[in-house]
Amino acid sequence: MNPLEHASRPQGIGAPLTRKEDDRFMRGRGEYVGNIRMVGMLDVAFVRSPIAHGHIVGIEKPAGLEHAVYTMAELTGVLPIVANSSLPGFKSSEQPVLASGKVRQVGETIAMCVAETRAAAEDIAAQVFVDFEELPAVTDMLAARLPESALVHDHWGDNVFLETRINTEPNAAFDELCSNAPIKVQRKLRTARQSMAPMEGRGVVAHWDKRLSQLIVYTSAQMVHVTRTGLAQCLGLDEGQVRVISPDVGGGFGYKGILLPEEVCLGWLAMRLGRPVRWIEDRREQLTANANCREHDYNITAYADHDGRLLAVDCEASVDSGAYSSYPFSACLEAAQVGSILPGPYKMERYRCHTWSVATNKPPILPYRGVARTGVCYAIETVMDAIAVAAGLEPYEVRLRNLVGPHEMPYDNITNKHFDSGDYPQAVRRAIAAIDLPAVRERQRQGEPDGRRIGFGLAVFCEQGAHGTSVYHGWGIPMVPGFEPVVIRLTPDGVLELRAGVHSHGQSMETTLAQIAHEVLGIDTDRVRTVLGDTGVTPYSTGTWGSRSIVMAGGAVGKAAKELKERLMKIGAWLLQEPLEQLTWEAGAVVGASGRRSIAEIAHVWYLKPQLLPPDVDPRGLEVATSYQARRDTGTFSYACHAVVVAVDTELGKVELLDYVIVEDGGVLINPMVVDGQVYGGAAQGIGTALYEAMPYSEDGQPLASTLADYLLPGATEVPAIRIEHMETPSPYTEFGQKGIGESGAIGSPAAISNAVNDALRPLGAEVNQLPITPRAILEALAVAARASTPLAGAVV
Amino acid sequence: MKAARFDYFKPADRAEAVRLVAASDGMGKFVSGNQSLGPMMNLRLAQPELLVDVRGIASLRECRHEHDSFVIGAGITHAEIEDRRIEDVTQGLLPFVAAGIAYRAVRNRGTVGGSLAHADPAADWINVMRLLDAQYLVSGPAGERVIASDAWMAGAFTTALEPDELLTAVRIRRLAPTARWSYYKFNRKPGEFAEAIGAFYDDAVSGVCRAVIGAIDAPPFLIANASALLERDDPALLAQHLEHAGLEPGSYSYQVHRVALERAAHMAREHRRTPQ
Repeated sequence: MNPLEHASRPQGIGAPLTRKEDDRFMRGRGEYVGNIRMVGMLDVAFVRSPIAHGHIVGIEKPAGLEHAVYTMAELTGVLPIVANSSLPGFKSSEQPVLASGKVRQVGETIAMCVAETRAAAEDIAAQVFVDFEELPAVTDMLAARLPESALVHDHWGDNVFLETRINTEPNAAFDELCSNAPIKVQRKLRTARQSMAPMEGRGVVAHWDKRLSQLIVYTSAQMVHVTRTGLAQCLGLDEGQVRVISPDVGGGFGYKGILLPEEVCLGWLAMRLGRPVRWIEDRREQLTANANCREHDYNITAYADHDGRLLAVDCEASVDSGAYSSYPFSACLEAAQVGSILPGPYKMERYRCHTWSVATNKPPILPYRGVARTGVCYAIETVMDAIAVAAGLEPYEVRLRNLVGPHEMPYDNITNKHFDSGDYPQAVRRAIAAIDLPAVRERQRQGEPDGRRIGFGLAVFCEQGAHGTSVYHGWGIPMVPGFEPVVIRLTPDGVLELRAGVHSHGQSMETTLAQIAHEVLGIDTDRVRTVLGDTGVTPYSTGTWGSRSIVMAGGAVGKAAKELKERLMKIGAWLLQEPLEQLTWEAGAVVGASGRRSIAEIAHVWYLKPQLLPPDVDPRGLEVATSYQARRDTGTFSYACHAVVVAVDTELGKVELLDYVIVEDGGVLINPMVVDGQVYGGAAQGIGTALYEAMPYSEDGQPLASTLADYLLPGATEVPAIRIEHMETPSPYTEFGQKGIGESGAIGSPAAISNAVNDALRPLGAEVNQLPITPRAILEALAVAARASTPLAGAVV
Repeated sequence: MKAARFDYFKPADRAEAVRLVAASDGMGKFVSGNQSLGPMMNLRLAQPELLVDVRGIASLRECRHEHDSFVIGAGITHAEIEDRRIEDVTQGLLPFVAAGIAYRAVRNRGTVGGSLAHADPAADWINVMRLLDAQYLVSGPAGERVIASDAWMAGAFTTALEPDELLTAVRIRRLAPTARWSYYKFNRKPGEFAEAIGAFYDDAVSGVCRAVIGAIDAPPFLIANASALLERDDPALLAQHLEHAGLEPGSYSYQVHRVALERAAHMAREHRRTPQ
């Protein structure tokens, strides 16, 4: 504990408590999968496909080393990874844990090589010869939809995992109504394929525990219980025969939310060899072989009246879903979600959206922090700015005219999303005030001494978090979140042990769950131990994803702590020999006229001096297992307005972020400092999406950014000092009014930055309609604009 | 990935280092800071069978004055130059450039000699040494020789070094107090390799005015007499140099190199106007 803090420091809900995790993380003492050493442990390297698409004709193991190489021929009985959706028309894929027939992406696992060290395993892998018959690669999602395209999954007949349509009225009526709209704006937008790039990649250590007849799998994962379910299915084991442990995790972001072929392979190998085996993903595997995210294509049209009020939005959206449907989120979650969330926080009369989840010869696409919201926010906010230009209004004015208002809350929007609470326009007004828009416009008019152009952009969005059963059962994917369980118990010395099925990979759950326990019980947060990430000792949960943990696990801890307090009060009343009604609970103790009994004293009695207990004591004792569901499970809606000022160097295409304001409403904040950390981190990732990150593919399906020299991530010099302002509108449906907010920062920044850059370029007639906004993209847009205005200009392409 | 197997020696003696590599049948490499070779080996793009670490050779860390010149040992790190732990004879050019190389962790280990021997056209020292017309001091089994800066680099990642020759130092002339320089590097973010470099070295007293167009897919392009570029803003002349450097008009690469050279020229002109 920080010596400046003392026992009376605020520790409950709303306290900016320093993190319990800091002690080990800030000293480099976290324990990750890569730290695990076991006696006799062997290392695994995979032979991966060097081609994007083809048939395996033969696999030749190196002479004398056959025993160290495993292919699907040895993995008899191991099932492929399948993640189906029950949405009508969904086409199923089977992701083999080791490819034997067809390979469908560069980096696909083909053989597993095992040796005393990783280097030796790689030596063996280099000698495995795989003979391929190459097929044309499917690399562009729009071309993949054409009938002449090669097929990723031959028996499908096309390359579409799923098509969805939302239409508020018949097409003819929709077109007729829109044809008279005074303002019509249309944009074709593309967002790059990204790699999620957590600091720690994936990693697996597996061994077979003979005493327990149990496969123990250490893996860097967000959702250990779901991983166990999938792993048991693929390996043909009872779930009880599998224990999945995820120790400290160096960033999840969705990348660690899926079941990997490597996890299944290592599980099998540990059982086969009877020795611990390890595979640690390296950066090249992370960038080129495993899941990607974010690759969207939009053709979006918005209709508005003269005053910039939205009449309708019409969109065709495609998502490049890659080769396989990943377990458990499936290949369709992203595109189908586009359809349901594209309207954002806005009111409109009509809405039509047609989406495609397209299979290509690339790694599977996964929900990355913000899931489809980041792309969707970019699409809708781009056309909102276009409407502002057409209507001759400031962009914020168009937002104010279309946002759902505070008096309309709760509000069911055009796709039946139930916005729980909030004042969206107020977030915009505060952001505009904080960034001082008039001063920005004045600076823009005056021009910069260095010739750069100033631009201003904003983005508004809401983020559904902690949505539960009623939302997810509709997707029909292998996992549907239900009641969120937690187990809390006191030890004889009065320490509270808290076991939850969610995990913490940057979310600081050890701190925030302890704060909730403190809020109810008054127990010092230093006396709360949180146990996460282990199927052996935590209750079944779908885990940490979808900005759900502080709402769901936090709610469950609150509920459990209240029940525990009741039990403590009853015992305390007996010990004080005073009537329960006359007692109060203060600072972790039952207090009566004759004295007080602390949590530790009562725990001591329960465990070690049971002779002192009341005769009618609750036999369940000082352990509470309960589970929690919000009063309404359609999710919390946090929201934010991002406002950005940029300077664009129009000669080099470079963008500098001069000022960045986020006004954010996460409901009641459990720990505002932790929320700030989440928002900063998310915004940094959003800046990456906006300006730097892209995983390009060649026409034959080769990933072209295979190291971090080519895949640019934002760093300290690219992330400005972001100013965050909080609003706190409680959710009416959650235990303490808290809302999920973990993904928020990553959602708004690409849209806001893109709008700012295009605001800067507008006087030159140029607009960039792709992410990331690279120097090349800006120079190309300027060249196009120059050619359009003066055909003879020496433009640059 | 992990590097393929290799043998490793760290001799204290230059002759011993050269002998080890010479005896390796072309499979040995000298290594110092290991900031370029190391990543390539870890990706198995480079698989030398022998690494001879030259960090134990004291003479490679020596700097000395010779007449009107200054010799910088190949083993001096970027950080040592950045922090001016060796004398600066370039009116601040070398420390300025050093501070812009990659990240501090790389600068702490990476060396001048290693960078020059790696000969990445987008790296800084290779361009600066061309600008300053440095001499490369080389030691091999047959003895020592000096390679001029125009002969050092044959192409991207290719130098005039024989496989068993070791770059021991670079020799640069001390810049006169009247000498001025400008250096403009364009990259996506600080620390990344350059997409374009433009640089000027301008000494009114000696009448030397040189410029370099760098980070092209080839050795740095030297403009031996760049005075005209500073005397007037002449887009046609600029274009001529860019085209001679192999840049294709209308291309992205041409554009960013043009701007880098223009901005470097602009700064150099400002320096001319500012008396010191």
